[in-house]
Amino acid sequence: MKTYLFSSLAVASALALTACGGSSNNSSTSQGAGMTTVYEYQITVENLTAGQPFSPLAVVLHGSDQMLWQIGEPASDGIELMAESGDNSMLLSAVSGLPATAGTGIIMPGSSEMVMISTEDMSLMRLSATTMLVNTNDAFAGINAVDLSGLAANESMSWYLNTYDAGTEFNSETAESIPGPAGGGEGFSAIRDDVMNKISRHSGLVTQADDSMSALAPWHRFDSMVGKVTVTRMN
Amino acid sequence: MLKSTSTIAALMMSATPLLASAQVIDVKITNLTQGIYFTPILATAHSPEYSLFQAGQMASPELQAMAEGGDISGLVAIADSIGASSRANPAEGLLAPASYTMVSDWDTGDNSTLTVVAMLLPTNDGFVGLNSWTIPEQAGTYTVYLNGYDAGTEANDEIVNGGGMPGAPGIPANPAGNGGMGATGVIAEEVNSMIHIHPGNVGDSDPEGGISDLDSRIHRWLNPVAKLTVTVK
Repeated sequence: MKTYLFSSLAVASALALTACGGSSNNSSTSQGAGMTTVYEYQITVENLTAGQPFSPLAVVLHGSDQMLWQIGEPASDGIELMAESGDNSMLLSAVSGLPATAGTGIIMPGSSEMVMISTEDMSLMRLSATTMLVNTNDAFAGINAVDLSGLAANESMSWYLNTYDAGTEFNSETAESIPGPAGGGEGFSAIRDDVMNKISRHSGLVTQADDSMSALAPWHRFDSMVGKVTVTRMN
Repeated sequence: MLKSTSTIAALMMSATPLLASAQVIDVKITNLTQGIYFTPILATAHSPEYSLFQAGQMASPELQAMAEGGDISGLVAIADSIGASSRANPAEGLLAPASYTMVSDWDTGDNSTLTVVAMLLPTNDGFVGLNSWTIPEQAGTYTVYLNGYDAGTEANDEIVNGGGMPGAPGIPANPAGNGGMGATGVIAEEVNSMIHIHPGNVGDSDPEGGISDLDSRIHRWLNPVAKLTVTVK
């Protein structure tokens, strides 16, 4: 799964980190015996689209056996709600007990937001972060269970945000169904009426350029990656 | 924008062995698109504290001149001023769709990061870019795929009117002459003024009007738009 998400540039930085993975172990064990190490991470998310605002972020640290979503599986109710309406509250309440952080607001194209997240638990070193592309029916972007355990203090890694279709709402692109400013319509509907009730990679937007029924404009299109996440271990 | 790179690059530098030994590389640049030309390419090896562009940041005037009109002279001047080793215009003009060009036996000296840019034509201000890729120290062949970026400096109106100077609207040329004319324009304003992933050309199938002078069946693309094969000797 991890290799699936990595783009070529991220692979390059991952290799650089692998080469010095040993030092991260040293730095965490060099703390005095009995002291608890708090692993604190700075998470910066950049919106690299032309015209797709990001809904408020949901950022979670979790175990290696956990995932917030998986291609081929139906979306959880929390992912459905976020991907259709931008509301991350159900997703975050579903992971209560895990270290989690919500973004403070919309991230506009060309902008970024930085949030902090921390854990004392070495078994919670997988990071997932996700957001809705608000001028869509049910498109969301994210990084999925990337491993932070090899990151030494003051080191950074970056990943590009790929784009998924939640599989919970048909991609009609009508104004009534788009919650973002391009539509101003309905966000969440509990009815799952997509072509299949499974998460997949998003196939992109049609827009008015090819379909006069679409409420979306050509500049709402995106191409594969839509943003970038940079994680820096602070201590 | 001669800005020193963000903490990311600085931190990555501290995480890498500090061995800036001279390297000799071959670089093969392949245009992977079906209908988009690359204007003169700039490949430059430079110190990691500099970057010629960064997604999410505003384009420099020099980058804008490259992205809107294919003029790399300003970026070459920046590269020269920071002690970079550059190879300008290796294809000696346009690099056609589905073709490649080579830079051979390039001694990059102490410069450990590689940047490659070229305008995507026909677009308003699209460019193919690789920003500050760390040249591996170990001999071998490495492959990197490049995305199409939008400089964020000009509205993607998709009107071919010869406008290639910075600030002049329109597309300077459609090299293959396989588009239309008389378009009304896709959009009048740039929607994101920072460098971002290009949303793609739109085009239409109307040769004498419509919203775009580009052809929707020919001038679209999906990332990646270029493949770089770097051989470290």
